[in-house]
Amino acid sequence: MHVSHSLLTWVAAILTIGIFSFLWKDNPFYKFCEHLFVGVSIGYGIAVTWYNGVYPDLVTPLFRQGKPLYIIPLVLGLCYFCRFIPRVSWLIRFPMAFTIGWGMGVAIPANFQTSIVKQIQGTLLTPAIFARWDVLLWAIISFVGVICTVFYFFFSREHKGALRLASQTGVVYLMVGFGASFGYTVMARMSLLIGRLQFILRDWLGVIK
Amino acid sequence: MKRNVPLAICLGFGIVMMVQFFVPHPISVGFYDLTTKWVRIVSAFALVLGVGSFLMYHTEKLRRRRTGWLYSIVALVAAAVSTVVGLAWGVKQTSPLQNYIFTPLLVPLNASMFAILAFYMASAAYRAFRARTKESALLLIAAFIVMLGMVPLGAAIWHRLPDLAEWILSVPNMAAKRAITFGVALGGIATALKVILGIERGWLGGGKQ
Repeated sequence: MHVSHSLLTWVAAILTIGIFSFLWKDNPFYKFCEHLFVGVSIGYGIAVTWYNGVYPDLVTPLFRQGKPLYIIPLVLGLCYFCRFIPRVSWLIRFPMAFTIGWGMGVAIPANFQTSIVKQIQGTLLTPAIFARWDVLLWAIISFVGVICTVFYFFFSREHKGALRLASQTGVVYLMVGFGASFGYTVMARMSLLIGRLQFILRDWLGVIK
Repeated sequence: MKRNVPLAICLGFGIVMMVQFFVPHPISVGFYDLTTKWVRIVSAFALVLGVGSFLMYHTEKLRRRRTGWLYSIVALVAAAVSTVVGLAWGVKQTSPLQNYIFTPLLVPLNASMFAILAFYMASAAYRAFRARTKESALLLIAAFIVMLGMVPLGAAIWHRLPDLAEWILSVPNMAAKRAITFGVALGGIATALKVILGIERGWLGGGKQ
């Protein structure tokens, strides 16, 4: 057993234990760690936003390279401060209008292409998949699954007859999908947990190699 | 002025960005690049709202000596220290922000916070995963196979289990996800159009102004 001599490792280990102490019950040690996490995240976010966003994208082009066009986002950005002045708080709508309008305008065609066109392309049975029987079978199962699951979300008609059969098949796919997603998420969290336990047992306490 | 101009900005940028997607001319691409930088700048200023809300909440709690006010000091001091360290010495890999705040504080706190979710998910699974119906049995089996397929124990039980887990994730799970993606995308596009056209005005906020 080789306990770490690094102060930073000790701090990290104590904070890890502080967060895990919530499994016992909500306690002052956990609350301290929680508030520390919030505070540090905010400070880190401010510094990263300044150095990776505001400084290279605004300060450099506007004040160092003298590009006057960058006054527009500066003014729009400053409008966010109006939120704290009741008399002119409505000015906050200008940066929001720009961001929302721009975001929606970019999202509509991009979303249509990636979430609809590309997904349909991926679902369709193309000649290439007929080369191998297993690929063809999985493609058919996938195709049937997509159609049936879409029918499950079709509420314009009562689910009777063929529609009922399709929607019930859709439920089967949905349940398998939800189960698989759940299992995948649990394992991702488990991997984080194993990472923390490894840190405590290996890096801090030196119990394992 | 207070409502119509923001609505017009939203409509204008929404339409221009939608059209821009289909025009690969250098001017169109240049406009997209420029406005992308503007959005990054304006979004960076939006951090002001979050930080303002954080400061107001904790200073108010501190001023009124509400329950847990001592923790507000922890959050405020942590935010102030990490902001000062970040702004003064930068955010590069070798900076004090990364060495003394990000690695020993933020990383363990963040990872531990998500790692404890593994326990709560296991507890939720115990309550939810009771095979009362055929559908819930499917969910249980799919989750079980995916979880086992991702650990060495699964391969030890049956060497094809990891392949089966992979198949569940890439065929039935993918089919269900695709159908859900269609619905989400269509809903998103419809909502985006409503916002651009000014039918959905919730983002303008309430009040008389």
